[in-house]
Amino acid sequence: MTTIGTPVRRREDYRFLTGQGTYTDDVDRPRQLYAYILRSPYAHARLTGIDTADAAKAPGVAAVFTGRDMAADGVGGLPCGWQIHSKDGSPMAEPPHLPLAVDRVRHVGDPVAAVIADSLAQAREAADQIQVDWAEEPAVVDPAEALKPAAPQVFAEVPGNLCYDWSLGDLAAVDAAFAGAARIVRLDLVNNRLIPNAIEPRSAIGEFDRATGDYTLYTTSQNPHVIRLLMGAFVLHIPEAKLRVVAPDVGGGFGSKIYHYAEEAIVTWAAGKLKRPVKWTAERSESFMSDAHGRDHVTHVELALDGQGKFQALKVSTIANMGAYLSTFAPCIPTYLYGTLLAGTYTTPAIYVETKAVFTHTVPVDAYRGAGRPEATFLLERIVDVAADELGIDPAELRRRNFIPADAFPYQTPVALQYDSGDYQTTLELALKAADYSGFETRRRETLARGKLRGIGIAAYIEACGIAPSAVVGSLGARAGLYESAAIRVHPTGSVSVLTGSHTHGQGHETTFSQLVADRLGIPIESVEIVHGDTDKIPYGMGTYGSRSLAVGGTAIVKAMDKIIAKGRKIAAHLLEAAEADIEFADGNFTVAGTDRSKTLGEVALTAYVPHNYPEDLEPGLDETAFYDPKNFTFPSGAHIAEVEIDPETGQVTIANFTASDDFGRIINPMIVAGQVHGGLAQGIGQALLEGCVYDKTTGQLLTGSYNDYPMPRADDVPKFALSTNVTVCTHNPLGVKGCGEAGAIGAPAALTNAIVDALKPLGVRHFDMPATPERLWRVIQQHRQPLAAD
Amino acid sequence: MEMTGEFRIPAPRERVWQALNDPEVLKQAIPGCQTIEKVSDTEFTARVRAKVGPVSATFGGKVSLSDLDPPKAYTISGEGSGGVAGFAKGSAKVKLDDESDEATVLRYDVQAHVGGKLAQIGSRLIDATSRKMAEDFFGRFAQVVSPAAAGNNGASGALAAVPTGVSEATEPAKRASPPEPVAAEPTTPEPQPSTAEDTTSRRLSPAVWVTGLTAAVAAILYYFTRRGGAR
Repeated sequence: MTTIGTPVRRREDYRFLTGQGTYTDDVDRPRQLYAYILRSPYAHARLTGIDTADAAKAPGVAAVFTGRDMAADGVGGLPCGWQIHSKDGSPMAEPPHLPLAVDRVRHVGDPVAAVIADSLAQAREAADQIQVDWAEEPAVVDPAEALKPAAPQVFAEVPGNLCYDWSLGDLAAVDAAFAGAARIVRLDLVNNRLIPNAIEPRSAIGEFDRATGDYTLYTTSQNPHVIRLLMGAFVLHIPEAKLRVVAPDVGGGFGSKIYHYAEEAIVTWAAGKLKRPVKWTAERSESFMSDAHGRDHVTHVELALDGQGKFQALKVSTIANMGAYLSTFAPCIPTYLYGTLLAGTYTTPAIYVETKAVFTHTVPVDAYRGAGRPEATFLLERIVDVAADELGIDPAELRRRNFIPADAFPYQTPVALQYDSGDYQTTLELALKAADYSGFETRRRETLARGKLRGIGIAAYIEACGIAPSAVVGSLGARAGLYESAAIRVHPTGSVSVLTGSHTHGQGHETTFSQLVADRLGIPIESVEIVHGDTDKIPYGMGTYGSRSLAVGGTAIVKAMDKIIAKGRKIAAHLLEAAEADIEFADGNFTVAGTDRSKTLGEVALTAYVPHNYPEDLEPGLDETAFYDPKNFTFPSGAHIAEVEIDPETGQVTIANFTASDDFGRIINPMIVAGQVHGGLAQGIGQALLEGCVYDKTTGQLLTGSYNDYPMPRADDVPKFALSTNVTVCTHNPLGVKGCGEAGAIGAPAALTNAIVDALKPLGVRHFDMPATPERLWRVIQQHRQPLAAD
Repeated sequence: MEMTGEFRIPAPRERVWQALNDPEVLKQAIPGCQTIEKVSDTEFTARVRAKVGPVSATFGGKVSLSDLDPPKAYTISGEGSGGVAGFAKGSAKVKLDDESDEATVLRYDVQAHVGGKLAQIGSRLIDATSRKMAEDFFGRFAQVVSPAAAGNNGASGALAAVPTGVSEATEPAKRASPPEPVAAEPTTPEPQPSTAEDTTSRRLSPAVWVTGLTAAVAAILYYFTRRGGAR
C-alpha cells in the first residue's frame, strides 16, 4: 500500500529526540587539537603588526597561524560561486576574501589569527596573548550610505563600494507605460537585515592521514560536495580525490550553512601542517559575527496602474548590502533570485528592476531562507496594498483583477521566468474563506471597542524553487551546475540504500525519500536507508537549498529507480523465460503480463549478485546512479493572510489569526510539509515582528550580537496556524512537486506588515518598516496620535 | 555610551586632588587594579582585572590627560585592549567643586565606546555595570582619602562617598535609582594613612590619570569581559 500523501512519522526524529544524533562537534578524532579564532574587534582597521610569539609559547599551544602563514603556503581566497555583470556589461567587482586577514580587517569578527592547542581553553588563553596593532579607520555599515561620495571605502580597488550595478527588464517599455498610466503609486522601504540562528553553531574538524596524504573535513554543511569543490580546487589546492568532506547530522541551516567559510579552510590546512586533527566550533557570539547574514535591502518601488486598477508597469530600484566580502552565492540573491520574481502572481506586462550591490564593513550577506524571494514578495505585496489603499479598492479585489489566470499557463513573465502551473485566485479564495475575510470589519469594530487596533493583511507570493536548470543559471552567471544525483543500491537480500546528494538538516528527507522509494519499489519503508552527507559515499551532489530537495533530488532518485527497474525487468525476463517487453513491475514484483508468474525484487536482486543463472550480456549487480538536471524552476505559490491586534498603549502586536494556503504541487508527506510551513512562518514572523540586525552607524560595532538584543521568535510569539493547500501539479518533474521549505518565510513578512499597516491606517500610517517591535510601533503610534490630538 | 554622575567625597578639595594624583591610592581604589606604570608625564598604563558576572578579563589600558586645571579639573582619555574580549576607548571630563571646607563634589562626564565581543554583549549590561564600577571606585576612593569619615567598622562603613546622581544620556527614561551603599568586598583595601601630605599637589603624578581611568573610565574597565563569558 502506498504511503504517498500520508503523514508518515519522521524516521529520523527518534535519534534526534533521544539525543542520539551525531553532529560535527560530537565527532572527536584521535590526537585532536582545538582551534580558537582571533577576530577583529574593529569594523575597519589596518593591521600594522601581529606578534604571536608569546601566544606560541603558551602552555599546550601547537601553533599560531596568521594570514601571512597561509599566504606563504599558497592558500587562496574564498571563491564566489556566482558572477553578475553590470548594466554596462562589466563583471562584478570581486575583491579577494582571505581566510585570515593580512593587511586590513573589514568587519567585526573578521578572522586574523588561529591558535591551535591541546585544549580549547589553552587556545583561548593563548589568543589573549597575541599582540595586534590595529589602526582603526572609519567604517560604513548602511548600504545606502556606502554609495555616497564621501563614504569610507571597503576596498581601494572597488571605487564607491559598488560591487555591481545590475538591471533586468525593458526600461523603455516601463517608462512608456508610466507615461500613460492613470495612477502611479510609490513607496520606499527597507528589508531588514537578519542574522540566521541555527540551533547548532557551525563547526569543522580538519584531519590529515599521514599514510595516504588524504584530507578529511567534517563540517556543518548543507552541501558537502560544494565545499569539497570550492575548498579543494580554489583555496587549499587539494585534489578532490584526496579530500573527503563529511557533513553529519546538521542542526539547521536555513542557507547559512551553504557557503564555504574560512574556518573550514583553516582547520583543514592546519591539520595538514600539524599532522593532527584540528577542531573548531563556533561560540554563539561568534556565530552572530561570522555566519552570513540575510536580506538588508533599501528599495524604491513605483507601480503604474490603469483606471481599472490593472497593473501596467513596475519599476524597482534596490540597494543590496553584500557585507565586507562576497559570500559563496551572495551576488545572485538580490538579482536572479529577486528581480526575476517581481512579476509575482500578476500579469504586469512591463517590469524593470535595477540592483546596486555594495560593500560595507559588515558580515557578508548571503541567502537566508527564501533568499531574494521574501524581499521581492515584500516589496510587491506592500506596493499592491498601498495601491489598493490609494485607489480605494479592496486589497483582495485588486489582487484578483491582476492575477495571472489559471488558463494562462505556461506563462512567460517579462522578467525571464516561465511559470509552468498555478491557480492563484483559487488559492486566495481558499485563504480568504479560511480567514473569514468578509467578517473582518465586525471583528475590527469589536476590537476598537476594546481600545485596540486591528488589521488584516494579504500576501500572494510566488517563489522560484527547485533550483535550478544548469544551462539557465549558467547563462546567468552561476559557476556550477545545479543538478542533483542519486544512487539506488539494491542489496542482495532486497534492502535498499539510497545515496543522495540532497543533504538533510531538518527537512525530513530520510522519511520523504524513503516513502518515494518504498512506494516505487514496493518494499517496506523499513527496508530503505537514506545515505547522505559524505563525499566518499554519495555521488557528486549539489546539496540542499532553494526548496530543491524533492523536486530535484527526489527526481534523481526516481530516475535511478527507473534504471533499477529497467535492469530488473531484464533479469526477471531471463528467470521467467519471458520476453523483457512482457515483464511488468508493480508492488515489488516483476510479473509476466497476464500471468501469475512473477519474481520479487529480492529474488531479482539476489540473482543480480549471485548470477549463476543470468542473462549473458548483462552486468551483474543492481546498483544504479542517476543525475537529474531540472528543465525549469518550480513555482510554489500561495496566499497568506495575517490578522493582528495592536495595543496602542504598548505597541504590542498579537497575531490573532494566521492563514496560509499554499500550492506546493503534489505532496508526499503532509505532516512534513506542515512542519516546514510552520518553521518558515515562524522565521517570517521573526523578521516581521522581532528580528533586525543593528550595527552602530559610526563605529560599525555589532549591537545586536547576542540574544539580549537579537530576539528569535519563541513559542508564545507564534500563533496557531490555519493551513491548507491547493494543488496544481508541476509539469516538468515526474513527481509533480514544487517544494515547500521557504514558503512561510516568504509570505509571512508581507502579510504581517500589511496587517499592521492596515491596523494603523486610522492613524494615517502608510507604511511601516520591519521589525514591528513594541517600541518601534509605539513610537509611530505616538507620532501619529499627536496631530490628531491637536485637532 | 554616555554617562554622567557626581559623587560627594567627605574631604577637602585639595586633598581629593592630591589623592587623585597618588598612584597608590588609585591602585587601591580601582577594583581589580594590578599595576599602574607611568610612561611619561602625560601617559601611563594600567592593568586591571575586571569581572562581571561570569565574565572576566585582564584589561591593559593606556591613558592620557589633557585640559589640566589643578586642583579643579582635567580631561582624561583612555584606550585599552581586553584581548580577545575586544577593546574600549573613552574620555571623561572630571571636575572637582568645593561643597564645604570638608567636602568635595566630583563630577564626571564620560563618553566611551567598546568594540568586539564587548559591544556584542549589549549596551544594556554595559551601562548598568559601568555605573556600578564607578560607584565601587568612589566608595573605595573615599575610604582611602577619608578613612575617618568612612568609619572603622568593616565592610558596611565603606561608603563614605555618596553618589549624588548618575544619569545616562542614552536612557533618559530610566532615572538612576538613588545610589545604595555598595557593599564593600572583602578585598577592600585597608584604610591607609593619607598620603596626600607626601604628594606635591601641583605636579602631575601618574595617579591623576589612573583616576581618569577609574573614575570616568570605570565604565571602560568593566567592559573587559572575557571571551567565554560572552556566550
